[in-house]
Parts: sequence; structure tokens; C-alpha cells
Amino acid sequence: MLNVTINSRKISVPEGSTILGAARQAGVSIPTLCHMEHREPIGACRVCLVEVEGARTLAASCSTPVTDNMVVQTHSVRARAARRQVVELLLSEHDGYCPTCDRNRNCELRALADELGVARLPFEGQKASHHIDASTPALVRDNSKCVKCRRCVTVCAEVQGVGALFPQGRGFATVIGPAFTQDLGGVACVQCGQCAAVCPVGAISEKSHVEAVWKAIENPAKTVLVQTAPAIRAALGEEFGYEPGTRVTGKMAAALRRIGFDGVFDTNFTADLTIIEEGTELLTRLKKALVDKEKVALPMFTSCSPGWINFAEYYYPQFLPNLSTCKSPQQMFGAVAKTYYAQKIGKKPGELVVVSVMPCTAKKFEAQRPEMNSSGVQDVDYVLTTRELARMIREAGIDFTSLPDEEMDAPLGLSSGAADIFANTGGVMEAALRTAYEIVTGRELPVTNLHVTAIAGLQGIKEAALTITGTKPDWRFLEGVELKVAVSHGLGNTRRLLEHMKANGPSHHFIEVMTCPGGCIGGGGQPRFTDDSVRLKRIGAIYAEDEGKPMRKSHENPAVKTLYDEFLKKPLGEKSHHLLHTHYHEKKPH
Amino acid sequence: MPKKNAPAPCACQAGEPVSKATLDARLDEVIAEYKDKPGGLIPALQLTQATFGYLPEPALKKISAGFGMPYSEVAGVVSFYSFFTTHPRGKYLVRVCMGTACYVRGGKDVLEAMKKKLAIDVGQTTGDRLFSLEVGRCFGACGMAPVVMINETVHQRVKPARIGDLLNRVLAADEKPATQERP
Repeated sequence: MLNVTINSRKISVPEGSTILGAARQAGVSIPTLCHMEHREPIGACRVCLVEVEGARTLAASCSTPVTDNMVVQTHSVRARAARRQVVELLLSEHDGYCPTCDRNRNCELRALADELGVARLPFEGQKASHHIDASTPALVRDNSKCVKCRRCVTVCAEVQGVGALFPQGRGFATVIGPAFTQDLGGVACVQCGQCAAVCPVGAISEKSHVEAVWKAIENPAKTVLVQTAPAIRAALGEEFGYEPGTRVTGKMAAALRRIGFDGVFDTNFTADLTIIEEGTELLTRLKKALVDKEKVALPMFTSCSPGWINFAEYYYPQFLPNLSTCKSPQQMFGAVAKTYYAQKIGKKPGELVVVSVMPCTAKKFEAQRPEMNSSGVQDVDYVLTTRELARMIREAGIDFTSLPDEEMDAPLGLSSGAADIFANTGGVMEAALRTAYEIVTGRELPVTNLHVTAIAGLQGIKEAALTITGTKPDWRFLEGVELKVAVSHGLGNTRRLLEHMKANGPSHHFIEVMTCPGGCIGGGGQPRFTDDSVRLKRIGAIYAEDEGKPMRKSHENPAVKTLYDEFLKKPLGEKSHHLLHTHYHEKKPH
Repeated sequence: MPKKNAPAPCACQAGEPVSKATLDARLDEVIAEYKDKPGGLIPALQLTQATFGYLPEPALKKISAGFGMPYSEVAGVVSFYSFFTTHPRGKYLVRVCMGTACYVRGGKDVLEAMKKKLAIDVGQTTGDRLFSLEVGRCFGACGMAPVVMINETVHQRVKPARIGDLLNRVLAADEKPATQERP
């Protein structure tokens, strides 16, 4: 342990601590624009300067290790003046006009200017290059607002293992972006939006569908249905001042109704449907491999996460046959809503507008894939992020906190607890095991409270094994089989898993992949400033939501049973094949 | 740059055109040599530029794949250093120094005169593929400012009015050393 004095308070910190870390331990908050949890400090922004006794110059606290008996002044006049000047310099080239900026309410640069008492802009000079990159369906980048903190570079390369962004050029002309300042649409970006989630300013945001959705709602010729992903209910509250981890399912349903949606439905419904289709697909693949001795692609990978699909199509096309052919719950919902539900209410597919609320930016990309037109028109018309829904709620003048709790509409709003846990890492796998085990053995999954704890939590790659015994006659071939599963979240972890598989061969039957750290609860479209403590609170909320449901297994969902009876007939049947399954193809950047 | 990897003759300056297969084989060697070395990217890029005369996109993509490094990062390094170029250059590479000393002693006027004389902008190459124009950031010859570097030769105390003479001498001498002459 090292002794350090932070603003005349003496504390002990472990060897290797930085001044920033020590200050946080002492309850002192030093501002920073570039610092990221779990990542090596890069000292790019210079906002965290502090005074160290005996040192000639100020030190960047994020990257300066504590030495024994160090004496630090974090908020001396000199330190604050230096910090203020750094921010003044950043503002001098910042071409942002705050009132029109997407980050108006929660810009870190703006908050910093306030905290440091920037009263005027003393430096006048050239502005940063102005180029708006709207080349992808998911994201918009505006270089004139970029402060070159490089958080997006770090998250893209290190957390996601993609590396679409890097500083290009040098000096004042430096631009953060794809190779040789191309647009994102021209490179192998998976559109996960983690860059937008970590950006401190308005330089990277989702491509907004808000106006289009308002127009659809006001169009009397359209019936507008909304579906909300499971992760929204555990995070939307943060936009309205609730603590992370506060469940707002009921208020969300009420808000959606007041916004004017004609049907308030739940992506959870098709999450349950996904489990039936995907579980059956897994058991079918296992049967082909074990009984018919056919060559089938195993392990099977989950296919709910569109960033992961893009990642596989760009970087690991050899594993495309291993991806479940199931569409994501978002797309299953669109296809079912515009066929089955349209028939039920006597409408044509084109008369319905399906809006989804997603924690995700890649879902915007997924919705416009040419394969996603099974109903004859685009199955999901518009995709809103959690942040965009919050914006619509504010625009509609709805006082969110005083809303009553309301229920989702039947039948596409009915769901099990297994659907809720699609929101977090390990959840899709757990939901699948709850159903698959029961199909095969007729008994409930033999784990406490239906939770497979080995695959829960924030560890990057998780594994579990389950020996199947007491099988029903149809599934005798699985008797005694040890079912091996793995779960990864964050594409960087997924890349490691796939590289290991390439080198050592497959060792699992079924693998869940979620693009974003923590799963969808940490998606690129969620309320900003997501760190591990926020992720864990959201995950806690999701498990509580699951445990509070009377029905916790997808195959128990009566609305899903009715859907099969009235319409789909059977899992992996002809209608399912047409509406609920898709295919993948290798992609190369243009 | 390590001596044992002396660059192959630049494609644009060698007498005989070098076959694509030879160039590609050379690139493979460079990648194999440097991919696992810490800081190996910059020497690999230097050797690649020496081989091809510039850094062609396919070569950079191959380096990116070979090094297991995102293409954006390779591009970031290439675009950071003014000595790297992604466009084929002319026979003579003219770099007008814009370092501090040269700048205050008239480097900017030299650059303007050079642009006018060659009728190209910075980063461009003349139609006859003889001259490419770049801006340099200090060649360590500040005492002789303003300087212009043409290929490997530094020309000192360059006067904007006599740019034409300088270029003519370079063409006439066909790359004979000219460091000592006074313009």
C-alpha cells in the first residue's frame, strides 16, 4: 500500500493506483473526457490535470501512478485554471451549437465548461473540419463536434475487436474516423453503436427515426404498432431521473399508449417464440448429428444480436452455417405482426406500421436488410433507441414519473420471464435451456430458481455443462449426453472465443453471443454513461422482472401456443421457415 | 531502417519495370519479417514504400491483415507521417520545408513559387510524372533555411524567383549531388 495525501486528506491506496483512482477513493471527483473503465489510460484529453507537490508541471491524473507519500492538490487554483484553459481550447475548435445538438441535455463537454466556470471563449481560431457521415442506417458522425478523446477508438478496437475507427492525419487536422477518412458505410463497421454510447459529446449518435414515427402516428390511414425490447424496461427510467436498475415496465406501457401507438406490444412475445424455434432447431441439429450421423454445423450460435451477425458476416464467414437461422425477436415480431395480427384485425400488411424500441443501433441496420420483408413489405418500419423513446416522451409533454403502471396489449404483449432475460448476457441461453430441457425430459431444468448461475454475470466468456438424463422416448438419443454451452458478450471476447475454436476445434453444442458488453442492457442505444455498476443494476432489474412473472418458461406462453395453433402450425414448419427464419451471407467492405 | 533490409529499387525509378509478382513477394517478406516485432509497422511501411514507390491500398490491406491490425490503424499511421504517401510520386519528389526556421525565412513564398512553377498543388504530381510536390516538416537543415529537398538532396537558401533555375539544374544534372551549390 502507498500513502498519498489528496487535498490534505491522507489515504492508503494499492500499488499501481493512479492519482485519478486514488482521488476517487478519497471521494474527490476529477473531471476527464477520455478515461474509460477497465482500459489503459491514454492521457489524450488533458482535462484531469492536477498539482503534485514537488513536480514542476501539472500531471494528468489518469496516467500518473501514485508514489509513496505523494501530496496532490486536485482542485487548487492552478489546477482549475489549467483545466479551464484546456476546455477553452477544446471549445475554440468545437463547432457545436448546443441548442441544436443531440447531446444538449447530457453533453460532458458542456457540463465541464459549467463545472470549470468557463465564462467566455478567449481563443478564436479555425474550427474542426465539418463533415457529417450519415452513410450507415444506424449512426451519424459529426466531426465538427469531436473532441478527439478517442473513447470511440478504444471501445471499437479493444472492447469490440472491430477497429473501424482510428485517428487519421496529425495535428489540428486530425480526424477520428475510418481509414483515410472514409465514411463508416464503406468499412467493416458492425453498427453496434458502442462508439455512440461512450462519446462524451454529440459527435456520434444514432440516426433518428423520431420524426418518421410521429408522422406515422398522425397518419389516419396507418395502424401503428410498437414493440419494446426486454432491455428497455430496465433502463428507460434513467432518462427520467430514476436510479439505474429501476424497472419501469408499467410506466413505459402507459407512455407508449399516450404517445398514440395503436397497439402496445412486446418484443418479449417473439423472444418466447424465438426460444421455441431456436430450441427446436438446436434439438434438430443434435438429432441429425447424433442419430442420422449427418454433417451439421455445431456448435449452433444464437442469432438475436444484429451487430454479431454483421461481425460474423464480415470477419468470420466460415462460421455462418453455425448461426441459428432464426431471425431476431425484433424481426420475428415484424413478420408476425404484419401477417398473423394484420389478418386478425382485418388489415393489409402495408396498412400497418411496426415501430420497435431497441437498446441497439444495429437494429436500425437489421430492419432495413433486404431479407426482412417476409410480409411483402418491410416487416419493421422504424427502430427507436431507448434514448429516442425518451425524447418522444418528453416531446409529447408526458410527465413520465407520474404515469400509472399499465399492461401491454394482448396478444402480442404477453410474455414469460424467460423472454425478459434476453436482455442480458447469459439470458438467451438460460431461456433456451429452461425450454429445451423440459421438452427432452418432461421435467423442469434442475437448477435453483431456474437460474444457470455459471453463465450469468459480467465475465467475458462463460461456460456450463449439463448432463441430460431421464429423457422422453422421442429424445432417447440425448440420454447421458453432456450438453456443453458457452456465452460471450462484447465482440472482442467473441473474437477470442472464435479464434480459440479455429485453433482447437469446437468444444460446445450451443453458444450465445451478444454484441455489447453485458448484453442488450448495455447496448449502443441505451441511456448514456453505462459502466459495470450500471450494467449490474440493469441485470438485477431484469432478473427481478423474470422472477416476478407467474410464467417463466417460453413454452408456457399461451399466446405463443395460440399463434402455433391458429397460424404457424408447428416449429420449423413451412410458415415458420418463411416468416421466422433467414439466411446470412459473407460481406466485404466496399 | 535496418541496413540488412536495404530497399529494393523503387518501382518508379528503376530502369526496368519490376513485375507485380516480384513486388508482392517482396511485400510478403517484409510482412513476415516485421509482423511480430514491437513497433514493426513503421519499418514495414518504409520498406513497402521503397518497394512500390508509394503505399498502394492493396499493399496496406495486406499489411493490416498480416499484422492483425485494423486497417484504420494502419491508415492512421500512414496519414500521420508526411513521408508516407498513398499516391504514386513523380521521378523527383520536391519537399518544401515548412518547419519553423524555413517558414520564418520565406518558406511559404518558396512553396507558392514552386506551386506556380510546377502548376500543381501540394500532394499532386505533374502530368509528365516528373515532379511531385510535398510539404516537409524540418529536415534538420535550419541553418540553411529556407530549404527544399528534392529526392535525397537538400537545396539551401532557395529564392522564390529562382525556382525555375533550380528545377532546370536538377533535370540537367539528373540527380547528381547538389548539396554544396549556392543558388
